[in-house]
Amino acid sequence: MLWYIGRRLLQLIPVFFGATLLIYLMVFAMPGDPIAALFGDRQPSPEIIAQLRAQYNLDKPVIVQYLIWIGGLFRGDFGTTYSGQPVSAVMAQAFPITARLAVLALLFEGVAGIAIGLVAGLRKGKIFDNTALVVSLLLISVPTFVTGFVLQYLFGIKWGIISTTVSGAAPWGELIVPAIVLASVSFANILRLTRASVAENMGADFVRTATAKGLKRGRVIRVHILRNSLIPVVTYLGTDLGALMVGAIVTEGIFNIHGVGGTVYQAVIKGEGPTVVAFVAVMVIIFMLANLLVDLLYAVLDPRIRYAK
Amino acid sequence: MKTNRKALAALSIFAAGSLALTACGGGSGDSGSSSSSQGGTDSSAAATSAIITTNGTEPQNPLIPTNTTEVGGGKIIDLVFAGLVAFDAKGEPQLDAAESIEPNADNTVWTIKLKAGQKFSDGSAVTSDSFIDAWNYGANIANAQGSSSFFENIKGYSADAKKPVEKLSGLKKVSDTEFTVDLSQPETNFKLRLGYSAFVPLPKAAYGSDGKITKAFGEAPIGNGPYKLASDTAWTHNEGIKLVKSDSYDGIRKAQNGGITITFYTSQDSAYAAVQSKNGTLDILDQVPPASFATYESDFADSNVNQPAAIFQSFTIPQYLDHFKSDTEEGQLRRQAISLSIDRATITDKIFSNTRTPAKDFTSPVLSGWDTWGKNLAGNEVLNFDVTKAKELWAQADAISKYDGDFTIAYNSDGGHKEWVDAVTGMISQNLGIKAEGKAYPAFKGLLDDEKNNKMTGAFRSGWQADYPAIDNFLTPLYSKTGGSNYGRYDSAAFAEGMKAAAAAKTPELAQAEYDKVQQTLLKDLPAIPLWYSNVQSVWDPALKNVQIGWNSVPLYYAITK
Repeated sequence: MLWYIGRRLLQLIPVFFGATLLIYLMVFAMPGDPIAALFGDRQPSPEIIAQLRAQYNLDKPVIVQYLIWIGGLFRGDFGTTYSGQPVSAVMAQAFPITARLAVLALLFEGVAGIAIGLVAGLRKGKIFDNTALVVSLLLISVPTFVTGFVLQYLFGIKWGIISTTVSGAAPWGELIVPAIVLASVSFANILRLTRASVAENMGADFVRTATAKGLKRGRVIRVHILRNSLIPVVTYLGTDLGALMVGAIVTEGIFNIHGVGGTVYQAVIKGEGPTVVAFVAVMVIIFMLANLLVDLLYAVLDPRIRYAK
Repeated sequence: MKTNRKALAALSIFAAGSLALTACGGGSGDSGSSSSSQGGTDSSAAATSAIITTNGTEPQNPLIPTNTTEVGGGKIIDLVFAGLVAFDAKGEPQLDAAESIEPNADNTVWTIKLKAGQKFSDGSAVTSDSFIDAWNYGANIANAQGSSSFFENIKGYSADAKKPVEKLSGLKKVSDTEFTVDLSQPETNFKLRLGYSAFVPLPKAAYGSDGKITKAFGEAPIGNGPYKLASDTAWTHNEGIKLVKSDSYDGIRKAQNGGITITFYTSQDSAYAAVQSKNGTLDILDQVPPASFATYESDFADSNVNQPAAIFQSFTIPQYLDHFKSDTEEGQLRRQAISLSIDRATITDKIFSNTRTPAKDFTSPVLSGWDTWGKNLAGNEVLNFDVTKAKELWAQADAISKYDGDFTIAYNSDGGHKEWVDAVTGMISQNLGIKAEGKAYPAFKGLLDDEKNNKMTGAFRSGWQADYPAIDNFLTPLYSKTGGSNYGRYDSAAFAEGMKAAAAAKTPELAQAEYDKVQQTLLKDLPAIPLWYSNVQSVWDPALKNVQIGWNSVPLYYAITK
């Protein structure tokens, strides 16, 4: 087991270097001069642009730029944005906010999705099941920004229950509604996944055996049906974390959340290499750790799965 | 009487107790409304101490006036600093820090006298040196300031990176409250130029021991304007900035409120949602997002404005395209035909819900006196919609030399230009019977690169937002041979001579006559096809009073009360 975890953690290293180099190359390959673009329609003299390019090492070959960035990384320096802020400061601002948002969204979609999916699966074909199916279909087909605007208008502007936009510090309370919006599509997917999996396991041999053995229904559901049904759901939750990290751009835009998604988007548009790479590198690591956690959870959920080496 | 008094006392105690209870309840439940009701009861104190909340964007650079070239930082600089000239709501220049600004006979030497006794918010005096040192710093190419080129007309300016100039020879101190500026070329509108944010003074505290403006100053600038930063950490990056009234300022823009809190929203849509809640989160939004164009007038029935902004929009047909050279008959005919084939009024109505105004010239209606000189220029019929004439001119051009190319208009798809480009190319295609379509660049920087390197294979969208409300600020950068944004590579002797004559004109009227002639040249050559002027749509909480939007589409914040 420890061997397995160690090996997986070691894999992070080549992936980290590969991913960052690739992203650096891609940002660099985008057409246009990012420094000139900062000035919009009003261009300063070429000499000034040249000086600024030198200041951000943009006059050097891309591989040298990358090595300078990696070199800085070992000294704890993630580089600077084109507005002169350290990238580490921007990350320290954006990641905690996105983390809070993602945790709330994961909680919502995990708890509500699994619970409703379980009940729907157990009562397959009944009215509750059919309602859940229709509602989830609706949620999947309605784009996030529609859900976002509708909830914002009703709760924020019309009834004044929540603050319409999230303040700079983005406390937990203000992020609840945005998290529900963000999680709505995944919630519907998890609901359907759990329902299908539970419905399938209901007819499985081990469930019939357990029931025949005289086990209480609650225990059959908890230990035999639910536990076995969770493997695809956990896989989905693991991959969804990545989507929650960057895919929140729309939700961030609607509710004024200064999170990772919007920051990365802006940096890509501006061609701000160090920012993009630093953010994506951290996201790659989070994504890989989440996947490792998912794989470990398999072993917990299904004792037949063992990670020997 | 006595019992009455007792009863009153008992009543008042009871009242006080219940007040305290409601205050507690209000505090935990709805602090927003309780604070606004306080404002209502004590209006005299609240009028000058109320904080106005507004929207903005994160400044791209540290807050150094000569290095701030975009609106996000410019909005803050204008509040924290006071230049020699400030513009009123009509775009007319008013003396702010200056007592007088007088040119010599041919507009080449300007004498500037300062009002006595002015102070920065740190208590130091505003003197001639505060201006001269700041301008020298901004002009010095070694300091790589974004606004460096604004000083290029002052004698001694060098754009050569190898020969940086530390002190402009054209800036001469006469006394602590008087200095003169020698210009290389005559400039009638120099006084208007002085209203641009790059020309504000800086205190001694701005410079470090190496003579450079310090990082700390860029984070928390000290100015001489109507507001100052609430603290050294008032600017929270990517979130917002808090400004409070500065008591050291006593000019024409004296703050009528307690301060301005600017929040940087992730999108204009979220800002619009915030201003709709009308609870103090966002009191005034200076630009309504496109998604709400159709509804803002009903959402804010008595507190909205839709007025022209200093933004001119066009598309440029570069001179290096075959068949389209402005100095040939064929090129002129084709440019005119294309302009005549566009129904501007329909597009501004259907696509922009009348948030744009069809163009009549190459400047903007915000300029003072535009209604008399800009609206009815001779030759502006070419901006009308006339299919018959368009077809006729195009056929004439085809008789000279046949055109069978594909006419494209390039745009950046990250800027919301697709809709109008598709509409314009659709009209050109339909009305002239040629192939015309939009050409999308994924990001602005890619488009800019091709423009700069003369690599465009068709027309491209262009436009200008003025730095200060003067005609030459719209024309020189875009159409003069050496203009920094003349990517169409237009080069006309008539234009150059006209601009020169206008700059040296003895009176504003004579200058205007010359500018009119210049614009008539442009209407004939059409280096760019004028499309429309952008309007600004602002909305605010109906509780605000004295809201006016300036010529540059930024509200005159200092006058707002609530």
